Amino acid sequence: MAEVVLRSVVKRYDDVEAVRAIDLDIPDNEFVVLVGPSGCGKSTTLRMIAGLEEITSGEIHIGGEVVNDLPPKDRDIAMVFQNYALYPHMTVFENMSFGLRLRKFARAEIKRRVEDAARILDITDLLDRRPKALSGGQRQRVAMGRAIVRNPKVFLFDEPLSNLDAKLRVQMRTEIKRVHQKVKTTTVYVTHDQVEAMTLADRVVVMNQGRIEQIGTPQELYHRPRTRFVAGFIGSPAMNFVSCRLEQAGSGLRARISDKLSLPVPAAQAPRCRSAVGKDLILGLRPEHITEPRHGNGDAENAFTATLDVVEPMGMETIVYFTIDGQEVCARVDPMSAAGPGEPMRLAANIEHMHLIDPPTGAVL
Amino acid sequence: MSVPAISAERHTVAERGPQPIRHRASLARSRRWALATSYVFLVLFAIFFLAPPYYMIVTSLKSDAEVAHMATNPWIIADGITFDQYWLLFTQSDFLIYFRNTAVVTVCVVAITMVVSVLAAFSLGRMKFWGSGLLATGIFLTYLVPDTLLFIPLFQIVRALGLLNSYWSMVLVYPTLTVPFCTWIMIGYFQSIPKELDEAALVDGAGQMQMLLKIFIPVALPGIIAATIFAFTVSWAAFVYPMAFLYSSDQQVLTVGTVTSLIRADVYKWGMLMAGALVAAAPPLVIYAFLMDYYIAGLTAGATKG
Repeated sequence: MAEVVLRSVVKRYDDVEAVRAIDLDIPDNEFVVLVGPSGCGKSTTLRMIAGLEEITSGEIHIGGEVVNDLPPKDRDIAMVFQNYALYPHMTVFENMSFGLRLRKFARAEIKRRVEDAARILDITDLLDRRPKALSGGQRQRVAMGRAIVRNPKVFLFDEPLSNLDAKLRVQMRTEIKRVHQKVKTTTVYVTHDQVEAMTLADRVVVMNQGRIEQIGTPQELYHRPRTRFVAGFIGSPAMNFVSCRLEQAGSGLRARISDKLSLPVPAAQAPRCRSAVGKDLILGLRPEHITEPRHGNGDAENAFTATLDVVEPMGMETIVYFTIDGQEVCARVDPMSAAGPGEPMRLAANIEHMHLIDPPTGAVL
Repeated sequence: MSVPAISAERHTVAERGPQPIRHRASLARSRRWALATSYVFLVLFAIFFLAPPYYMIVTSLKSDAEVAHMATNPWIIADGITFDQYWLLFTQSDFLIYFRNTAVVTVCVVAITMVVSVLAAFSLGRMKFWGSGLLATGIFLTYLVPDTLLFIPLFQIVRALGLLNSYWSMVLVYPTLTVPFCTWIMIGYFQSIPKELDEAALVDGAGQMQMLLKIFIPVALPGIIAATIFAFTVSWAAFVYPMAFLYSSDQQVLTVGTVTSLIRADVYKWGMLMAGALVAAAPPLVIYAFLMDYYIAGLTAGATKG
């Protein structure tokens, strides 16, 4: 049990700066997910916390102690790897107890801890098996068991579900969450899958090009992204971005997308945007906030007609694609009201959820 | 509407039915042919390679008189089996001394080779440091220098150390052949072990030595056994170095000793030579048979995704 603190941590490989002076405070028992595209520095950050990569500059504290120069074994951390990294010549029991045996725990204590962890992960029947006799999901459980038995200060997960098939991934995701609820421990979890990040995390850290773009709860990131990158990264299908010009319209503001279509800027956002009147901006709106006109959002002001290009039925909803002024836009509509491809459809934008982005900085106004 | 559609589909399936069966039949036929051809060549191969050992066994079980008799068929024993050649070999020659010397040299060489090359391969293959790649290639290059060239400078070194005509000099010089090659084999094996395995061990609390002993050696066992077999074969069968450095009978090893003591000028003691060669070939045979059981590929299966 310990908090993890990163202070101006930098990692440089020759000329490439993989991690650029990041600061991060992870309180005790928190489940933090580092998420971002490939090469954003998330795995490097995790490996620096683990001690598997040296830090170029900055400080990492675990449980109040600076661990910059401590080898992994002295940091009291446990790590679960993407490809499980089980010792192939050892049984599940031996795999799970390896760390404890190295630390010269009493045999009875080792047995108790391994059996407890096996019970939590439901792998009691597998303790005598070798890794090659296990399925992918079972191997991942053993890898987690190996981490749990140590009762470490911090759990580190490096894309642990990437090698599993879609169904098992969802199952194991729930499992990891369940285990974290039972075994309360500070956890740092790396993934490139934003759904995994949103579902697991107490707080999500979105990284891009070696920097932290935003730190927040899943809801904060979804509803109040601070940058275009975060807005586009979180949510699936991704947020729509269309060019617009901000115009004064009476006492309010309007975002003009094309000659025919302009959307009013909500009164709550207007004061923040007033300085950008007359400027070209980017309007961000999630697909779920463009729907068929429903009670409450169907007023003529926010509604428009679009000719659908592609229609993707998903069962509970239908994703439709169309273009506005040459820019592709995606909307989530009710399957019952979706028109066919090439047909016109009446759609309405839920402007309360619009984001106006300053193009040069990428900052959400 | 739907009923005719289903029957039409059934009709189509029925029409297509025989096609895959014909395909299967031709597959089975081509497999039979492939097997038959393989067996023919395997039998030819076996006959070709088993003929010399058979000839050796037959000759070693004959009396000197029968071996020397020009009229008898050399492939069969006409005058009855005799173990005289073996008895003479063990009692009338220094064969047992050669055997003992060879065993001592081989055990020492294998031990030295494995310790040095496992440690070298671990550091060169896993601990990335400045020049490690170059050093690994350099080690392999030393293996490419043939012993027929090396024995001249090595002669000077062995003489300077006062080890000329002592089988301990073999313990010193054989590793120049075995260490580079074994190191090279094991660098490859160690590099094939997923990096996450040592990282997991490091996080679990292992030091470098524990990681080597508890993770790398067991996981790379097939490679280590292959290297052991190589080191054993080289030091058991080496000829040039003992020929150059050893000259008294009490220091001689099997390869050179058997030949020099059983061939006197143009007199070949064929029966004893064959018996000696067979006895000398027995330990490698036993070791191969024993270690091959442990030579299990795919021991790393299950370590990572696969």
